[in-house]
Amino acid sequence: MAYPAAVRDAWRAELAGIREKGIFKDERFIHSPQAARITVEYPAGAPLKEVVNLCANNYLGLSSHPAVVAAAHRALDERGYGMSSVRFICGTQDVHRALEEKLTAFLGTEDTILFASCLDANAGVFEAILGPEDVMISDRLVHASIVDGIRLCKAMHDTYKHCDMAHLEEKLREHQDKRVRVVITDGVFSMDGDMAPLDEIVALAEQYRALVFLDDSHATGFIGRTGRGVHERFGVMGKIDILTTTLGKALGGASGGCVSGRKEIVDLCRQRARPYLFSNAVPPPIAASAIAVLDILSATTARRDALEANAAFWRAGLKDAGFVIKDGDSPIVPVMLFNAKLAQEVARDLYDEGVYVVGFFFPVVAAGQARIRTQLSADHDIPMLERALEAFKKVGAKHGILGLDKKGIIEKYGL
Amino acid sequence: MKELILDYIKREYLDADDAGDAPLTADTPLISSGIVDSFSMVSLKRFLEKQYAIRIPDEEATPQAFDTVTSIVGLVARHLPKTGA
Repeated sequence: MAYPAAVRDAWRAELAGIREKGIFKDERFIHSPQAARITVEYPAGAPLKEVVNLCANNYLGLSSHPAVVAAAHRALDERGYGMSSVRFICGTQDVHRALEEKLTAFLGTEDTILFASCLDANAGVFEAILGPEDVMISDRLVHASIVDGIRLCKAMHDTYKHCDMAHLEEKLREHQDKRVRVVITDGVFSMDGDMAPLDEIVALAEQYRALVFLDDSHATGFIGRTGRGVHERFGVMGKIDILTTTLGKALGGASGGCVSGRKEIVDLCRQRARPYLFSNAVPPPIAASAIAVLDILSATTARRDALEANAAFWRAGLKDAGFVIKDGDSPIVPVMLFNAKLAQEVARDLYDEGVYVVGFFFPVVAAGQARIRTQLSADHDIPMLERALEAFKKVGAKHGILGLDKKGIIEKYGL
Repeated sequence: MKELILDYIKREYLDADDAGDAPLTADTPLISSGIVDSFSMVSLKRFLEKQYAIRIPDEEATPQAFDTVTSIVGLVARHLPKTGA
């Protein structure tokens, strides 16, 4: 045992610094299944409160869906709890193969490999296929797990301005001397809720002989006419070379992710991707439930249609009420408050009004871009959203921000 | 040198809707203020190396060294070949 007092003190000081800056993340205890309406204990020890949940990634309301829960129960009985093994030793069951095949068909790719999470998929894929003679060119707002994956890879990396196709083209031209160029983007950007112009990205990639990498975690299951993702929305299914996505959001919300795409890339991940080789197989109940989710989504578009309608209602309602929101047509609707303290206060007041949301500020988003990110679910209904809108209006009026634009809010509250 | 580097930073890192913000100067914090994220800093390093035909070792390409144009100019100057007697 050697935990020197000086080290303990140094880390305590770091924690105190995080608290002083007002960016310490407190966890709230939820005493109910994940759903559109949840029972929350916040702060710790406070009486339980039922609130409308507007910050889950439970886009399709499948996290606690009876068919999904039943599939998990069945698999628990028939295939057990865990595998106690990585996939290549003795961790691959029939359910893993079946899920990989279902994902391949659903996403319109050549093959799929499961990972313990999409973070693992993103952390492992670049290193498995690229080397120093290659270049990764990423949008500047890609998810943190992609940034980590890029950092682990020996290929050169470069970035382009968010969704700026002229800048991407400039970079593709600059890197024509490399063996492989990979353009890397999110489908729906998690903090802004906007979408990558994937048709333009694919066209540029074809022109400059580059591969396309897409992280569709905030899109799989509901974006596009049949919910396949942003590639369906922009008519480029079959043209995405590497698609990563998660089972931890719309597709049941438990955990697990995948790399789906060109067969050779998937095969190389099976041989080399370190998070795949050195961590356990996805537990059987999760794999089986994900199959049940894909069966539901392949049979009907009712859930993604309901989600789309809820998102449209919510966007229009916030706009009419006089909030500044980020434009887009995804179920992520950021309410812009710019000032970090204001974002925290508005979130706290909304909780008192029965609406559960969280304020986001630097370094999670750029400085001066503080916001409350609201996320819709197919499980919300219009009366529920109407009540939530009333709460937003009440709190917005209290802080005097309704009808103010960006400049007005900044003048009133500063950055 | 300052103007050239400032121009590159504006072109490479600023968006059209940043135009109304406070103008960028040689002493504007770039990385600590979030204008340039440390992950995107690589293109600035490559630009400097190409433009001035120098090689900046990775251990010197720190967020601190790249935080203002003034400090970047200092970093580049240290690597430029000495001229004259």
